[in-house]
Amino acid sequence: MQSIERAAAVLRLLAGGAGRLSLGEIARSLDLAKGTTHGILQTLRKVGFVEQDRVSGHYQLGAAMLRLGTGYLDVNELRSRSINWADPLASRSGEAVRIGTVLEGQVLVVHHVFRPDDTFQTLDVGSLLPMHATALGKSLLAYGATPPTSLDRFTSRTIGTQRELAAALRVVRECGWSADIEELTPGEASIAAPIRAYGGLVVGAIGISGHVERLCDSRYQPRPPLVANVRDAARAVSRDLGAARR
Amino acid sequence: MTERYVVAIDQGTTSTRCIVIDRRGQLVSLAQQEHKQYYPKPGWVEHDAAEIWRNVERLGPEALRRAGATIDQVAAVGIANQRETTVLWDRATGTPIGHAVVWQDTRTDTMIGQLDAKPGAEGVRHRSALPLATYFSGPRLRWMLDHHPGLQERAERGEVLFGTMETWLIWNLTGGLHVTDVTNASRTLLLDVHTLDWSAESLEFFGVPRAMLPEVRPSVGVFGTATAAFPGVRIGAALGDQQAALFGQTCFAPGEAKCTYGTGSFLLLNTGSELVRSTHGLLSTVAYQIKGEPAAYALEGSIAITGSLVQWFRDQLELIASAPEIETLARTVTDNGGCYIVPAFSGLYAPYWRSEARGVIVGLTSYITKGHLARAVLEASAWQTREVVDAMNADSGLALKTLRVDGGMTADNLLMQYIADVLDVPVVRPLAAETVSLGAAYGAGLAVGYWPDLEGLRQNWHRAAQWLPSMEKARRETEYGNWQRAVSRTFDWIQA
Repeated sequence: MQSIERAAAVLRLLAGGAGRLSLGEIARSLDLAKGTTHGILQTLRKVGFVEQDRVSGHYQLGAAMLRLGTGYLDVNELRSRSINWADPLASRSGEAVRIGTVLEGQVLVVHHVFRPDDTFQTLDVGSLLPMHATALGKSLLAYGATPPTSLDRFTSRTIGTQRELAAALRVVRECGWSADIEELTPGEASIAAPIRAYGGLVVGAIGISGHVERLCDSRYQPRPPLVANVRDAARAVSRDLGAARR
Repeated sequence: MTERYVVAIDQGTTSTRCIVIDRRGQLVSLAQQEHKQYYPKPGWVEHDAAEIWRNVERLGPEALRRAGATIDQVAAVGIANQRETTVLWDRATGTPIGHAVVWQDTRTDTMIGQLDAKPGAEGVRHRSALPLATYFSGPRLRWMLDHHPGLQERAERGEVLFGTMETWLIWNLTGGLHVTDVTNASRTLLLDVHTLDWSAESLEFFGVPRAMLPEVRPSVGVFGTATAAFPGVRIGAALGDQQAALFGQTCFAPGEAKCTYGTGSFLLLNTGSELVRSTHGLLSTVAYQIKGEPAAYALEGSIAITGSLVQWFRDQLELIASAPEIETLARTVTDNGGCYIVPAFSGLYAPYWRSEARGVIVGLTSYITKGHLARAVLEASAWQTREVVDAMNADSGLALKTLRVDGGMTADNLLMQYIADVLDVPVVRPLAAETVSLGAAYGAGLAVGYWPDLEGLRQNWHRAAQWLPSMEKARRETEYGNWQRAVSRTFDWIQA
């Protein structure tokens, strides 16, 4: 893990220095070969931690470093990058699609595609959903989001205790997808899967929602073809965001 | 049964995409590559046509690989292309002569002034149904013939060929078929829009030898079979990108309109088999022609700078790191703070057609932040749409009821809401934002019988999002007045 140590040293150097540094200056300061330094800088540039001046070629800390901790992927960028895959999901599943990300302990809807039946529907981009009672929220919780302290009850099926929630999230991690069956609204269900960026980092979730009879089979379980549609869409968006194929 | 697909090549201004589309009109896979923009002088924009062809050659197989499909699963290939960009190449070697001159390029500005005063200009305008403007490819072709020594003579001998991007791509795909489609041809100033063939008088006016021009074909109908990139696959359609988007939005009936928000934005209204001549600064253009049928025409309002204003904000001002962040920045404030940006970077298009206009930022005070500027950037796209819609309503005598939108900027909810607000009509996005590619795919699929008819295509159209107007009338009118005053500040900046 020497390369991580070196990357950390490069970042500290750039953070401590005044202004931009050249490749040569960075290599000399850290007593590293230029080739090694260049490799580290290129990787850091790819993830946005370092930026290179277009004219001088000098390096400085990237904008992503400043936003560490506030969620590194702009929500409008997430929508823009996933819009092409949300449409086919709506078409194939016949259901409404939403993409969500975490905002202050809730799911922020960043993109919404209508159920493709041309009935009147209203865009709910910008609205907030509870984490523990939606498939989107469970996918986000299962991969690192902080669970809510109070678990509000919406229906008789809403997860009511932290213990139950932890068990449900273990299942999500095992399966790689999540569902809510009449846990937020009676008669409604949802299915979701995580969206990953580079390094496997979960940055959002994509899912479908609709009538429980359409989403679930006779055994009250999410229909496997719909689950496959959701997971395919999540993988396609993840691939575009730079996550490795898995 | 093995699934079959249609592939669309969307050769755009900033990038080339190959897209695999299924029977429902849904995206299966996409491969995309940007190409280099050359800005040798202010107002000049060029592309390397050879680079663009290399991209198509690489992206085609890549898109199929991502779809997990093989070449024999491809029913047809369709092309949608940036329009009016002018390519010249050597017939014998296939090598481009200089860079392609791009539609945004204004180098023919002075020449247009001279041509406009020349006898016969009125005839050119009448036959092409277009104004004489730097926008179209004919004057660019004239410029290239004038500025490459010996080229005119070589062109007369048929050694040098002219084409817009679809012509260049089909030439390379088929190994030497020299054809164009009616929509692209209708943007040259050289076509007679009624006969749908090159006009001998217009060719003489521009001094363009007929020997260098491609054969004009219907937009939808088999052009030939590819030997490169998609060997063995039939090329079923070619349309200018905006006409492709109209086709992809299934605006097949007179009165149906769409606006595509990309680098520039383009509002097209289907006027049916009748050519409507605008008296409000819009263009009359060929919408599409299906082989064996009469052509459908359209009225078009072109806005030169919309998405490219966001790119300028990102690349030149460096106030955002990626284009979608413009919305994030704009949402840091609740209004424009009194600031307006009119992006007349290469003059103003519809409905003004002022090539001497240049951009302005007005209303600057010490109160203005980058958030206000971001708002002004987005609002500029909305107000420019409003001006075009007003002109279209006046020309057609009908009031637009809804606007069908597509293109990358439809991901920007703030912009879409603002457009609904300033137009005071619902704005609707279909379930496939990639309508340019979809139109090319639809045309190609129709040509080879992959889809049965236009009605079959209509059934693929579904509403994916809708923004309803919510701005008060008084505010809309005040803002529109401010915008129009800002526009008037751009006039007469470049002095002859």
